[in-house]
Amino acid sequence: MGFTVIAFYLFAFTAVASGLLVVLSRNPVHSVLWLILTFFSAAGLFVLMGAEYVAMLLAIVYVGAVAVLFLFVVMMLDVDFVELRSGLSKYLPLGLLIGALLLMELGLIFGHWNFAEDAQALRAAVTPDMAETHNTIALGKLIYTDYIYMFQASGMILLVAMIGAIVLTLRHRKDVKRQVIADQILRDPKDAMELKDVKSGQGL
Amino acid sequence: MITLEHYLALAAVLFTIGIFGIFVNRKNVIIILMSIELMLLAVNINFVAFSTHLNDLVGQIFTLFVLTVAAAEAAIGLAILVCFFRNRGTIAVEDVNVMKG
Repeated sequence: MGFTVIAFYLFAFTAVASGLLVVLSRNPVHSVLWLILTFFSAAGLFVLMGAEYVAMLLAIVYVGAVAVLFLFVVMMLDVDFVELRSGLSKYLPLGLLIGALLLMELGLIFGHWNFAEDAQALRAAVTPDMAETHNTIALGKLIYTDYIYMFQASGMILLVAMIGAIVLTLRHRKDVKRQVIADQILRDPKDAMELKDVKSGQGL
Repeated sequence: MITLEHYLALAAVLFTIGIFGIFVNRKNVIIILMSIELMLLAVNINFVAFSTHLNDLVGQIFTLFVLTVAAAEAAIGLAILVCFFRNRGTIAVEDVNVMKG
């Protein structure tokens, strides 16, 4: 057994086990942490396959942004998670049945398939030799030329998602005092203060 | 020797775990969102496996777009979740019947 085989089985086992624990763990915070472990082992698998850029993206974007976002939301919401799990035993048989069925169907597909004869000829962008070009450089050369419009579109999707998330969660509270900059700038010395001429020895 | 089928089998198992999670945690919408992330991860593993097996980079490029959409979906989903929690004080999705749909 070579190193690749051991690494594959290690990462695959970790991914499947932590994926199951995401679904079944009692505490949602633990679920998020198991999700992070799943993403890390998937990143390891991507490195094994030779897709380093996607692996790094998974580690940085998914673990660094998406999973941490989940973690924040889970910790911020004051929810009775025990109550939410109450139906688990009721839904477990149906879930197991559907899972087993789906897995069997996917297994059937994997049992009977092969590549089309002209699959090699139909490749859209043949991977350059890894000794000459790195994975990241090759991907960049492709994204910024052939797929530039898709790249821009995905940027727009992220922008829309960002604005949408801000608009959805923004709320103006009436009971909070805020700084109104326009009022501060428009304030005039004539309205703001009154000059009194105090005579000596008398007071006001 | 690790072949393409190994990766496809792993992706199938992860995808099934995602589906299973949606069915089992029907009340907890946070776990449902995480299950969707698991399914998208399985799809990504499929894409990258085929991409490296066929030596075609387009699969990895599509993975980037799937990642983009997954990140956007997680952000919007969690924003809706926070909004819903503020209005209703719970995140049990079984109770979401305001629109009587």
